Amino acid sequence: MLSYAVGGESTVGKTKLTPEEMSTKLDEALTHYEGQGQKALMSALQEAQEIYGYLPLPVQKRVAKTLNISVAEVYGVVSFYSFFSLKPKGEYIFNVCLGTACYVKGAQKILERIEDNLGIKAGDVTADRKFSISACRCVGACGLAPVILVNDDVYGRLTPEEIPGIIAKYKEA
Amino acid sequence: MELFRAHVLVCCGTGCTSSNSQQIIDQFDQLLPANNIDKEVKVVKTGCFGLCAEGPIVVVYPEGVMYYRVDPKDVAEIVSEHLVKGRHVERLMIPHPESTKTDMHSSTESDFFKKQLRIALRNCGAINPEEIDEYIAHDGYLALGKILSEKRDPLDIIDEIKRSGLRGRGGGGFPTGMKWEFAAKVENDVKYVCCNADEGDPGAFMDRSILEGDPHSVIEAMTIAGYCIGASQGYVYVRAEYPIAVQRLKHAMKQAKEYGLIGKNIFGSDFSFDLDIRLGAGAFVCGEETALMRSIEGKRGNPTPRPPFPAVRGLFNKPTILNNVETYANIPVILTKGAEWFASMGTERSKGTKVFALGGKVQNVGLVEIPMGTTVREVVFDIGGGIPGGKEFKSVQTGGPSGGCIPASLLDTPIDYDNLVAAGSMMGSGGMIVMDEDTCMVDIARFFLEFTVDESCGKCTPCRIGTKRMYEILTKIVEGQATLDDLYALEKVALSMKNGSLCALGQTAANPVLSTLKHFREEYIEHVVDKKCRCHVCKGLTEYYIIPEMCKKCGLCAKKCPVNCISGVLGKEPYVIDASQCIKCGACMEACKFKAIIKQ
Repeated sequence: MLSYAVGGESTVGKTKLTPEEMSTKLDEALTHYEGQGQKALMSALQEAQEIYGYLPLPVQKRVAKTLNISVAEVYGVVSFYSFFSLKPKGEYIFNVCLGTACYVKGAQKILERIEDNLGIKAGDVTADRKFSISACRCVGACGLAPVILVNDDVYGRLTPEEIPGIIAKYKEA
Repeated sequence: MELFRAHVLVCCGTGCTSSNSQQIIDQFDQLLPANNIDKEVKVVKTGCFGLCAEGPIVVVYPEGVMYYRVDPKDVAEIVSEHLVKGRHVERLMIPHPESTKTDMHSSTESDFFKKQLRIALRNCGAINPEEIDEYIAHDGYLALGKILSEKRDPLDIIDEIKRSGLRGRGGGGFPTGMKWEFAAKVENDVKYVCCNADEGDPGAFMDRSILEGDPHSVIEAMTIAGYCIGASQGYVYVRAEYPIAVQRLKHAMKQAKEYGLIGKNIFGSDFSFDLDIRLGAGAFVCGEETALMRSIEGKRGNPTPRPPFPAVRGLFNKPTILNNVETYANIPVILTKGAEWFASMGTERSKGTKVFALGGKVQNVGLVEIPMGTTVREVVFDIGGGIPGGKEFKSVQTGGPSGGCIPASLLDTPIDYDNLVAAGSMMGSGGMIVMDEDTCMVDIARFFLEFTVDESCGKCTPCRIGTKRMYEILTKIVEGQATLDDLYALEKVALSMKNGSLCALGQTAANPVLSTLKHFREEYIEHVVDKKCRCHVCKGLTEYYIIPEMCKKCGLCAKKCPVNCISGVLGKEPYVIDASQCIKCGACMEACKFKAIIKQ
């Protein structure tokens, strides 16, 4: 288990907040950024995404208003960086590392097996919002290649046959 | 001061943490007091030892015995046998239980470490990165202290860095001292020092390991850089995907501030310097210096044309220097041991050492630091232990998506900036991925182009359209639909991009294609003319086939087939794959217990 206790405290897979609670949390977070302009945009968006799990348009508008910049600027940044998501993520996010070390050790097959098993493609979320898949670039655990992360749990030295078992674990959870 | 008769070092880098090293520490914390030796033995959590594939790693000093793949359950045995009775736990001392190399006995004296020279990684795996005192005890902050208390002339320090021959470790290899000199000579009240820790090259993780294992060396070096160029603010731009590194860096900055080693009036001098962290958001192009600065400013990471160079007009339009984590990690030790010491190592035009993240099809996956001039063969076969499973070496890829593939014929190339460029690759940030006979070079070129298509910022036309066209041609090749004209077009686009792109991303994006075309042209020709992939990687050119004589008619493959394209009669007739329906997922081949299914 990799404990992500730092920087990005994710709400995904933990206690779910109601829309009202999320809204209040966002207000609290944004008070630090009032009128700070473009230079605070990345940090503000990172905090907002921690609360919502993604960045829907209303959230982007609120960030724009707080920083006193245009929504177009905000959307430009959100759509540029792969860390920011315009789509909601599932409760369990399967992050498949497609770095070079994992790729030469068969990460593509691992990804395909997860896609087949969940019936969705990388970048999508299941209809019940329980699972989503994303392909990511190198988590830096090349010694364990091929690697996937399911939220904060790391699975290394994988073979495609292990995938159904891992998915079943989270289906029951 | 408390004295301990033994120290137990537990690696807490990302690799080992992923395989439960925190639980190992918890076990020691429980079992040492239970055996009444908690006053005699100290457990230290350290950064990366480098041998990530064999993690979690535990080292016991004073003997320097290294235990591999330690399970939390093994801790009891290490405590009762080694720490209480003084007997080594032999079964945990041999890496690769499957290999016969039992002579590779387990200690820091093993083959893996012997040919290495750890300078940038000097403290990784040796000290607790969360204790500033341990860094100070290893001559940490000595260089900074001397400079400030002696009020050394900044230009004199820059001259020493220049004489050391240190070149940027992030890829380009620009002389660090010269970069600092440009910024120092520009007149401006406000200047910035930045650190590039946005390690975007897939397969490279040395910057992460340095930040996790020795964050203070980066803080010290950036403060020295600030003094040299006249800056009072620094930014570390680090990947959000590296939570442990971010946490250790934050912690180290807090400690340095408490000790007065950053902040106002450092060492009682009139020099003040502050540091902040900015999190990256997953854009490879932000490794390019102008793009990185735009990103710190909160904008899209689009590169801007140079000149003006950042040393003249960089972050927030102020003179700025940007160096890579590994470059900074070398600075304090160069200043304490002297430029001549550093320049005595390496080759004529590349001094010192370089850290590589050795990965892919090699026994000892991990982080290695070697003197410049070590050959590729020594790294792959002596340090790396060669290719697992008795497979044939094919190529080693350096420089990530900007680099190229070095073939077996160039294995004896001494590694330095210029030799790697001459071999059609580049140093890059230090990813080194070994490929064996099963890796298709065309597929690898396509893999990298897929990456650069995704990561191209879209600002300049050669890169935005060129990467896409190259990717399309490579896709045609791996699907078996290309002609020789396509190969010609591929080369032409590649060269146009190299000459016409705005930033290094586009200028080097063609390297994976150009280098594989140069060294592995016959594989491209096979794909195009013979419609064959010798490695059976490219799906469009591969068919699964059941050998009738070997088929035991068990039907397991048909059961596993997701598209029901395998037919036969249970126990009576051998099974057959309908190639026209097969999606080539490989599930049948995995399922067959009799190895009756092959790819051809």
